Amino acid sequence: MNISVNNLTKIYGTQKAVDNISFEVKTGEILGFLGPNGAGKTTTMKVLTAFMAPSDGEVTIGDYNILTEPEKIKQHIGYLPENNPLYLEMPVLQYLAFVAEVQGMPKSDIAARLRLIVGKCGLNREKHKKIGELSKGYRQRVGLAQALIHDPDILILDEPTTGLDPNQIVEIRNLIREIGKEKTVILSTHILPEVEATCDRILIINNGKIVGNDTPEKLRNRSKGRYMFTTQIKVKGDTSIADELRSMPMIEVVEILPKFANRFKITASADVDFRETLFSKCVEKGWILLEMTPETESLEDIFRELTMN
Amino acid sequence: MDKIWIIAKREFQTYWDSLVAYILLIVFLAFTGAFTWLILQDVFMQGQANLNPLFQWADLCLFFFIPALTMRTFAEERRTGTLEVLLTRAVTDWQVIMGKYLGSLMLILTALAFTLPYYFTVAYLGPLDHGAVICGYVGLILLSSAYIGIGIFVSSFTDNQIVAFLLTLVFGVFFFWIFDLMSFISKGIIGELFHFLSMSTHFESISRGVIDSRDIVYFLSITVLGLILAEVQLAKRNVVDA
Repeated sequence: MNISVNNLTKIYGTQKAVDNISFEVKTGEILGFLGPNGAGKTTTMKVLTAFMAPSDGEVTIGDYNILTEPEKIKQHIGYLPENNPLYLEMPVLQYLAFVAEVQGMPKSDIAARLRLIVGKCGLNREKHKKIGELSKGYRQRVGLAQALIHDPDILILDEPTTGLDPNQIVEIRNLIREIGKEKTVILSTHILPEVEATCDRILIINNGKIVGNDTPEKLRNRSKGRYMFTTQIKVKGDTSIADELRSMPMIEVVEILPKFANRFKITASADVDFRETLFSKCVEKGWILLEMTPETESLEDIFRELTMN
Repeated sequence: MDKIWIIAKREFQTYWDSLVAYILLIVFLAFTGAFTWLILQDVFMQGQANLNPLFQWADLCLFFFIPALTMRTFAEERRTGTLEVLLTRAVTDWQVIMGKYLGSLMLILTALAFTLPYYFTVAYLGPLDHGAVICGYVGLILLSSAYIGIGIFVSSFTDNQIVAFLLTLVFGVFFFWIFDLMSFISKGIIGELFHFLSMSTHFESISRGVIDSRDIVYFLSITVLGLILAEVQLAKRNVVDA
């Protein structure tokens, strides 16, 4: 099932939580939803799951419109909300059976499906315990299990790996990747390596607006127009040459790094290979070039760049 | 209807899982039992076979117990966030409300069913007006239904269970006593109005042994009104331009 969001706006009182965003997600695609706290990720998810109506704009999931046929849509969505709320006094198995029934699964299919999902989510040993007795990681698994139990076409996960240990995180990521082959998955997270590891496409949102929407590789290449490297230069008498470097053409930023004298992080435009220019400059001035390390811009940097005002 | 029943079953089960049901049953039976058999105007004191003490005191018990049951219906789910999970499932708001209403009503019916041995015992002791007893039970069930409706409405607009409990009690005080009192001290149409609004007058008229359609309509209207207001409250999250 495809998800298509057109000009979605959600206003709380006077605050625009989501401001006129549009995007599409196709079947078999895993979309990573990134953004700082309060950017509008959770609000968007609440609209997509038909929990809240949008203030403006249109959302269609498959052939259904979210305003006119929410009941049809809800059947096809598995949703893991932020903070993973669960009925703590219920035993795991009983809770999952309840969810399956409410989602309209035929009674005859429920037992087999329960066995499958409990196994997939690694809950076999805990299945008869009350949810309140489980540790955070296991509760997170129950949260995932309840989202998956009715075999939904669309999976919406709000920070699915919080509270899991590194092994569990890898397991859950693999699970999401596997599911994502046939289904439509939207997941939000703060953990950038997670997005790179699981998602086909990244949507970066800030102050309710989309500021980036691309594959991880392409987002990384945004910085291709510039050249970044760390360099250390030895100068007689250890005088600072930062200003001299700044006055050179093509150089955009010279950041002075601590600990060593004359060690800099330089960003330059890539019209000409700046390394040559710098080398000639060193020869001309009689400086000794000690280090020149190219730097690739990380997803963290791109994220910061796109979301800092 | 199927979905309503699934939710009602879970609600009912939750009362047992959280021990609320056991506490309610024990206290309810101890209280009504004591006043029916042991103290004040009990059966032996009156020297005649009727169950009036049971209905009088069950009425008072329900006044306290129903808010204790309904307070958690929405307030707790709102606080823990499970309401969001529940409402994003393939159910309508109305099915959720009806399920919760039925779940609470089922527990009250269970409590009332446990008082049936009183009935059989008294019937064994002497000639009993069976019609009056049936009316008394019908009255209690209708009263519970209306009060649960009010409780669910109150619970739907707060995330604090204590607030829901106390506020439902306040509503209860009005419907059980204050409207009745007001009908005595005010005259004419206003007095009539208060008389009509009071739950206790309707309950008394039924438990006297006359099932009047007006009383039934009254209790069912309050039930439905409470549940509809709860739905309006839930629907507020969808308001397009809040």
